[in-house]
Amino acid sequence: MRVALFVTCVNDTLFPDTGRAVVRLLRRLGVEADFPRAQTCCGQMHANTGYRDEAVRLARRGVAALRGYDAVVVPSGSCAAMIREQYPKLAGSRGPFADAVARVVPRTYELTEFLVDVLGVTDVGAYFPHRVTYHPTCHSLRGIHLGDRPLTLLRQVKGLELVPLADAEECCGFGGTFAIKNADVSAAMCADKVRAVLDTGAEVLCAADNSCLMHIGGMLGRQKSGVRVMHLAEILCSTETAGVR
Amino acid sequence: MSVTFLGMPADRPFPRNAARAVRDSQLRFNLRKATRTIRARRASVVAEAPDWAELREAGRAIKEHTLRNLDRYLVQLEEAVTAAGGHVHWAAGAAEANRIVAGLVKATGETEVVKVKSMATQEIGLNEALLEQGITAYETDLAELIVQLGDDRPSHIVVPAIHRNRAEIREIFAEHMSGWGRPAPEDLTDEPAALAEAARLHLRERFLKTKVAISGANFAIAETGTMVVLESEGNGRMCLTLPRTLISVVGIEKVLPSWRDLEVFLQLLPRSSTGERMNPYTSTWTGAAEGQEFHLVLLDNGRTRVLADEVGRQALRCIRCSACLNVCPVYERTGGHAYGSVYPGPIGAILTPQLRGMGSELDRSLPYASSLCGACYEVCPVAIDIPSVLVDLRSRARHPWPERAGMAAAGWVFERHGRLARLQRAGGRLRRLVPRRLPGPLGGWTDTRDLPEVPRESFREWWDRTDGGRR
Repeated sequence: MRVALFVTCVNDTLFPDTGRAVVRLLRRLGVEADFPRAQTCCGQMHANTGYRDEAVRLARRGVAALRGYDAVVVPSGSCAAMIREQYPKLAGSRGPFADAVARVVPRTYELTEFLVDVLGVTDVGAYFPHRVTYHPTCHSLRGIHLGDRPLTLLRQVKGLELVPLADAEECCGFGGTFAIKNADVSAAMCADKVRAVLDTGAEVLCAADNSCLMHIGGMLGRQKSGVRVMHLAEILCSTETAGVR
Repeated sequence: MSVTFLGMPADRPFPRNAARAVRDSQLRFNLRKATRTIRARRASVVAEAPDWAELREAGRAIKEHTLRNLDRYLVQLEEAVTAAGGHVHWAAGAAEANRIVAGLVKATGETEVVKVKSMATQEIGLNEALLEQGITAYETDLAELIVQLGDDRPSHIVVPAIHRNRAEIREIFAEHMSGWGRPAPEDLTDEPAALAEAARLHLRERFLKTKVAISGANFAIAETGTMVVLESEGNGRMCLTLPRTLISVVGIEKVLPSWRDLEVFLQLLPRSSTGERMNPYTSTWTGAAEGQEFHLVLLDNGRTRVLADEVGRQALRCIRCSACLNVCPVYERTGGHAYGSVYPGPIGAILTPQLRGMGSELDRSLPYASSLCGACYEVCPVAIDIPSVLVDLRSRARHPWPERAGMAAAGWVFERHGRLARLQRAGGRLRRLVPRRLPGPLGGWTDTRDLPEVPRESFREWWDRTDGGRR
């Protein structure tokens, strides 16, 4: 199986640890993932802010870079949702772009979908002796319907104590440019999320999206809370011999 | 294009209204408590309906079919209402509708009317228009009464006084009821039962002496010409039955083809709206009852223009249940007034700029009053894909130039992976120079949050250097 890693621009630029963790994790499970060099950004920021033409250009680039693989693995519920939900709308119903999108969309998996549905693995052999809480980001939850796949994987991690997060399904207030255009509302939403995280007593907040984690983590950091944010992939990639970072 | 009036002044953009609202701790407390209560109730009664997904699909399909054949069903409705002894009037806009209603009231010689809670009359600012003609309109829905007595504006579609708590309501009753009719009892407490009793006594007098009533309708059945009103308190039924003249102002999208279609909506609406299995009062009437005169004013007010829009037209499926408001994290923190329209929350953010146009700063800002979390779409009983409409509307408004420049720059970088790689390398080298506070509009984010540290090496560089970790 030829697998492409679509690492996403946020992970590539700001959170390379996540990308490295995905590569190590997949390799441990016997999957060699290629990194198609031509990839950049899925175009979600442009699409969701109302820059349709730019989004179409980036979507064209995206599908061209990911063409020809049996599976595309994305460590982001949000970018996976962009490809699966919005690319078909941007591409329309006919033409070469629409055809390319139609080929890529059914092969595109968010990381935990790939692990659980394609590889059929729920115990990835991870070891992470920490108290962890999980935030199901909006696009993971309602965009691509990840359901309890991430929790199933986390429950199999040795040493990990999983604690539930109150009002977990509520948005953290990031929403891309929403956090800038409606900074006051966004901060109010984030403050509530941060309070819920602190109430769990967890050491680590994890999610399947680094952008939401950056948002919540930014406030956890500003408050000197001592709670760390980590992408799910980094927890799943940790083993007894190879610790975290 | 004429400006469509939606019952509220459109002055400041949403973020500025919202900034004020999020600092109002009383408002935040009231909203959080109320929306969470209704949200939980809705979730539990929806969960007990095993065929909810099918009902929702049926609701979506019936509405879509009706809207696609709206011309035919409206004519059928007019014929049926007329045959049943009612009079039908067509109003293109708010001003015309108000003129028709004021004329009808004046013809009765009365100067007072009672009202059943109605979004359509709020939308056209009917009460204010009647007042200019010397006619006083009395709201009889408990929440609308609170809003009217408090000289306030509604902030929710189903619970217009959701932003008030019972202590505030007691104060409003004690202070203002006497100016509108029977005063509140001297010893009024803020117990819900005491407040309800005060309103009951106040309203009872009003019902018994008023000869004209004005309502909206939740549904209008084309097949039979029947109007349908769903309510919780029974005040609506008093207005519909006691007065001699009944005038109903109904948006043209409220029509349903047949009586049978109601079965779907009588299940969808109460569960989505108040979290009840069935609303306590369902009133239906067909044409004029004996001894009563009935007028139906069919209101367009921008609706046919919305109908012409391929993506946005689905907003006309809305049955005004407000499930999207109750679940929206933005609405929960800002309240309804920030939206500057009688239609607040997620549905307001797509309906208002479509009905009113995107001429004002507020209307251009409404499609951005959402983090696109998708909770509204998930609960909508007629499956309006609100996030998609928001994104579509965003692509139409003219964007501010600094944003256009930023987006163009980002687009240019992402256009070639070599450009992105060079930017990442520069970022890695200059990482110590990244300021703690970002400039301009980006500063709103760093005011309350720390930026992540820029890594020394991007993923792309790591992959190249180590051959994907093999070296």
